[in-house]
Amino acid sequence: MTDSKYFTTTKKGEIFELKAELNSDKKEKKKEAVKKVIASMTVGKDVSALFPDVVNCMQTDNLELKKLVYLYLMNYAKSQPDMAIMAVNTFVKDCEDPNPLIRALAVRTMGCIRVDKITEYLCEPLRKCLKDEDPYVRKTAAVCVAKLHDINAQLVEDQGFLDTLKDLISDSNPMVVANAVAALSEIAESHPNSNLLDLNPQTINKLLTALNECTEWGQIFILDCLANYTPRDDRESQSICERVTPRLSHANSAVVLSAVKVLMKFMEMLPKDLDYYGTLLKKLAPPLVTLLSAEPELQYVALRNINLIVQKRPEILKHEMKVFFVKYNDPIYVKLEKLDIMIRLASQANIAQVLAELKEYATEVDVDFVRKAVRAIGRCAIKVEQSAERCVSTLLDLIQTKVNYVVQEAIVVIKDIFRKYPNKYESVIATLCENLDSLDEPEARAAMIWIVGEYAERIDNADELLESFLEGFHDESTQVQLQLLTAIVKLFLKKPTETQELVQQVLSLATQDSDNPDLRDRGYIYWRLLSTDPVAAKEVVLAEKPLISEETDLIEPTLLEELICHIGTLASVYHKPPSAFVEGSRGVQHKRLPARAGSGESAESPDVGQSGPAEAPPAVIPSQGDLLGDLLNLDLAPPTATIPSVQPSMQMGAMDLLGGGLDSLMGDESDTLGGDIGGSPSMGAGLGAAPAAMPAALGSAPAVGGGLGDLFDLGGGVGMPTGAYVAPKTVWLPAMKAKGLEISGTFARRGGIIQMDLSLTNKAMSVMTDFAIQFNRNSFGLAPAGPLQVLTPLSPNQTIDVSLPLSTSGPVMKMEPLNNLQVAVKNNIDVFYFSCQYPLSLLFVEDGKMERQVFLATWKDIPNDNEAQFQIKDIHLNSDAASNKLQGSNIFTIAKRTVEGQDMLYQSVKLTNAIWVLAEMRIQTGNPNYTLSIKCRAPEVSQFVYQCYELVLKN
Amino acid sequence: MIGGLFIYNHKGEVLISRVYRDDIGRNAVDAFRVNVIHARQQVRSPVTNIARTSFFHVKRSNIWLAAVTKQNVNAAMVFEFLYKMCDVMTAYFGKISEENIKNNFVLIYELLDEILDFGYPQNSETGALKTFITQQGIKGQTKEEQSQITSQVTGQIGWRREGIKYRRNELFLDVLESVNLLMSPQGQVLSAHVSGRVVMKSYLSGMPECKFGMNDKIVIDKQGKGGTTDDPGKSGKQSIAIDDCTFHQCVRLSKFDSERSISFIPPDGEYELMRYRTTKDIILPFRVIPLVREVGRTKLEVKVVIKSNFKPSLLAQKIEVRIPTPLNTSGVQVICMKGKAKYKASENAIVWKIKRMAGMKESQISAEIELLPTNDKKKWARPPISMNFEVPFAPSGLKVRYLKVFESKLNYSDHDVIKWVRYIGRSGIYETRC
Repeated sequence: MTDSKYFTTTKKGEIFELKAELNSDKKEKKKEAVKKVIASMTVGKDVSALFPDVVNCMQTDNLELKKLVYLYLMNYAKSQPDMAIMAVNTFVKDCEDPNPLIRALAVRTMGCIRVDKITEYLCEPLRKCLKDEDPYVRKTAAVCVAKLHDINAQLVEDQGFLDTLKDLISDSNPMVVANAVAALSEIAESHPNSNLLDLNPQTINKLLTALNECTEWGQIFILDCLANYTPRDDRESQSICERVTPRLSHANSAVVLSAVKVLMKFMEMLPKDLDYYGTLLKKLAPPLVTLLSAEPELQYVALRNINLIVQKRPEILKHEMKVFFVKYNDPIYVKLEKLDIMIRLASQANIAQVLAELKEYATEVDVDFVRKAVRAIGRCAIKVEQSAERCVSTLLDLIQTKVNYVVQEAIVVIKDIFRKYPNKYESVIATLCENLDSLDEPEARAAMIWIVGEYAERIDNADELLESFLEGFHDESTQVQLQLLTAIVKLFLKKPTETQELVQQVLSLATQDSDNPDLRDRGYIYWRLLSTDPVAAKEVVLAEKPLISEETDLIEPTLLEELICHIGTLASVYHKPPSAFVEGSRGVQHKRLPARAGSGESAESPDVGQSGPAEAPPAVIPSQGDLLGDLLNLDLAPPTATIPSVQPSMQMGAMDLLGGGLDSLMGDESDTLGGDIGGSPSMGAGLGAAPAAMPAALGSAPAVGGGLGDLFDLGGGVGMPTGAYVAPKTVWLPAMKAKGLEISGTFARRGGIIQMDLSLTNKAMSVMTDFAIQFNRNSFGLAPAGPLQVLTPLSPNQTIDVSLPLSTSGPVMKMEPLNNLQVAVKNNIDVFYFSCQYPLSLLFVEDGKMERQVFLATWKDIPNDNEAQFQIKDIHLNSDAASNKLQGSNIFTIAKRTVEGQDMLYQSVKLTNAIWVLAEMRIQTGNPNYTLSIKCRAPEVSQFVYQCYELVLKN
Repeated sequence: MIGGLFIYNHKGEVLISRVYRDDIGRNAVDAFRVNVIHARQQVRSPVTNIARTSFFHVKRSNIWLAAVTKQNVNAAMVFEFLYKMCDVMTAYFGKISEENIKNNFVLIYELLDEILDFGYPQNSETGALKTFITQQGIKGQTKEEQSQITSQVTGQIGWRREGIKYRRNELFLDVLESVNLLMSPQGQVLSAHVSGRVVMKSYLSGMPECKFGMNDKIVIDKQGKGGTTDDPGKSGKQSIAIDDCTFHQCVRLSKFDSERSISFIPPDGEYELMRYRTTKDIILPFRVIPLVREVGRTKLEVKVVIKSNFKPSLLAQKIEVRIPTPLNTSGVQVICMKGKAKYKASENAIVWKIKRMAGMKESQISAEIELLPTNDKKKWARPPISMNFEVPFAPSGLKVRYLKVFESKLNYSDHDVIKWVRYIGRSGIYETRC
């Protein structure tokens, strides 16, 4: 009975012996021999020489022997295609066998033999089997179509098997349906554009019926297929959800996860105020938690998916923190994932518990886990402001343990805490300095050096500390070298008298003795800055830094959406799109979540206002730097539409200067942060909200844009007779200052296009030609979207009117005042500079009407500190006329309420950089004074929004 | 889908290798061996990507099962399948060991051919498989038998065959619970939950329709409102809130979703009917009160009190308390009131065993631990004190209210079925930090 003996034959001449045995007359002996052959095959020996002898054994009525021979055939047919033909006859005969098990076996095996000649013979039997009376044969034949498609796709199409397969979706047997769905889904994946899986409400209904009846695996195939369907409306979406939810109680975790995928996807289409939406959210939590009591490998898959779900819909699991607490015996991969989710779920409500746990973890054995736990404490401090103090003291406790890697990790995170809460916890610096000697990892050393440089004025012996690092300068990693350079320059600017020598030493080390170009360049920049203009150097190097954001490792929203569509699959485990790890055409197709019904906005935009943590209000606009110098360095060649793409490199160079090497200090985290949040490299400075795609699109096609925009207006605006107010032109550049060129102008927004209307007058005696225009970096990234169209030379005393379309995809820098724009104009005579201010209403976009629900939630969500109140005096309009007028400038009235003779208008405005401004305007009948309350995450814009209100209402 | 399936022994030698897809080459077998089995460090993930090929693995004793793919497969499904594969093998030949696998490799290939077609999992219910995958071959089948097999394998009730007959209709219900606890040194419950299973052994004739009822709060409350309960005053208290439950595929999920009733046609023999999880009002059978005192650098004093917290008439069994000791322990002296306690140097723990203990009792152990002086700066991590036990009740409070059996075609009724119900509560991860 025992078969293990077959594994042990290793003597020479084995093949000959086997050959003899295979040709034996005795059935038993034959079978024994085939078993030996299979055993040799398994351990990797080449037994292909026995091919004819084994195939000879195929004609038998012993099913066990037959299966063994088939197994051999599947392995070696490819290497012996000519001989494989010998088997065809038997296959064809078996496909006619009265026993359904044998028919199925034959068709199943034939599909696995990848030899062209055999596949030709396969077609007829397969056609019969697809229509077999026995469901077992049909379900096997369905899979066989997928096999054949993998070998020869054209053949499958030519033979019409795809249509037969489609018919099987309506089969009476649920397992046949499931296999047909699986086969079709796979074939459809390699033909992304074919309408193979023609999903319509009828087929969906069939699938949902089969879902209740088929095996657990069949349920997975069907659910995965359902997830590819996009319901027509929210009603259909709800009814599918209702029929899928019972699957959440299935014992098979894969069924549960696939059901979760369908629900997460279709939920996007349900209106949020629907009762069912809330019910569904509640139903999702328990099964997700239950997944954590599965075997560890499945727990891992579940946790990777929960990580995505928590990012997409934090509300589902926000009360379930405890289930993610790490157990002592969890495998390390489960522990690390749980830790990640704990940080994501940390909030003010549960922070005490979380911290207690994290502190516990920081004393565990596994080094990676401990590091991550320490890092997690830092992230909690940054995420939950109220807990920062507790976190810092916990970290100090951990530093006291003197465990080397704990100390180093703690210092790295404390650096981040300093950056988030400047001037708050610097008292701990002394403790940190005590541990200087034990730091041996570059990241920790760099962090410590940054701290010393940043707070040099508070550390008495900062120069000694930095000098001690300088001794082994060339042995340090680049990260540390760059940091040391910056730190010493900072120190010099703060204490110039006693550190002159030190700074010279480091500059020469960096510029002369180093072969690292980054280091050399940075060294030279500092050197020149310091030698030409120390005051400017101070402004550049010691400039205020943007605060770091709270969530450092969020998955970028479009990727997150795609991954949500892949819940349960490998993509969701790797957190990478399938195209990153799948070869060929499969998986190249990007999946997207459906848009919510009834709103033209993309699915994620209503969320933008609500998910507070994703936006970092203080970092909306980077701080002001050396404007003048920048402007002078502008290359004043006639700008073209390609300017936005030229900018990034310049921008990045400048950032380095400003941040004093912050990028390297923050390591990977900040790199991904910049990339993820900014969306484009030119926004690397950390613009809080991703700019809407629209401005970029406008920038690329300004000429057509005008007409198109007008069309959109017609569609969007119902009662919008007034149009936006355009201020009369004012003189921006008097002729006196510009060698006879006078420029006056104004700004306007027409049909979604921002325009700068200019009048150029030549008051000089000679002809002017070669006009070009360039803007300095500004708060909202305004930039010319095309060249200045002055086609004919400007003769003396001639005036020409030009309209310059602007885009908002230029480089961003905060200006003072916010709406200040610095412009350079060039002609054949000279370059002239002037500055002007634009009304903020220029930036109010057409789709700035917020949904009511979102408005309410956002209004509550914005802290009261951000609210500003203004009085608008002497307006003699009733509320309707006012709201009509405002709408012309894209200030949208969402709701109106009348309380005791007072009209309250609730209004929303969206800026081109996706900042929302919410307003409440109170109008008392008979009182010409309006009260305006403005709330915005970036409170600095409120003042300018108010100016727009006044401007619009008064004109 | 799954491109191939390999089984290795602990040395990384291949015992079974079945390739389903053309994109998986023979080198995949070696890639897994080199990168995972022979890797120096501990396994960092059950999913490994090597050169654009993904490997999923599970380990049973010292046997590695690995599924390979180059596509974006359903990862949860692959693991579920690997577990199922283990179940099927265990059902056929017992423990998964190198010897058993070698002894049954022909059978395993036959199974792999049947339950995985082109990488798509097919019916893998042992009950159904055993009807046509046998070591004896299926020569002597009549046409009826053959079509019965195929209709069962593909049918709606793939887990049960027709025509089962028993002289005595009997069923056994085991409510098996594991109670999990994480407690702070101060006695605060950090987390506690019960994960329970209802395991059924059914020996019933024909195709019986079963209905299972328990003291589920949602059901009881619904009935209470209708005013039809026999004892409304009592039922309110005794019902329990179930956080979540999952069912064997025989249970009609849509019916559970709409009416919260559990109805099904059971497989024959033993299977797991449902799993559930509760977190509210859990009876914690034991409370552990630790006291650890460091006396200087070379001595530790440990005192641990355990209190049993259930009806005095009930007896807990197989009680074991595991008190971790530092790595540099040189000697331990233990005194305990009850049971036996031993210091096990190889496990770095004091293991205290008590055979039986009644409810509402308490017992204590004290130990003096001598330490070798070390210059290791790192403090001892103090792993939690863990506990094992078995109690004859369900810590969640779950009660089976009924299990009704209907078989209209045969002449036996619900009353003729002999039913047995048993409750066993065991410790899951039952830890108290010290």
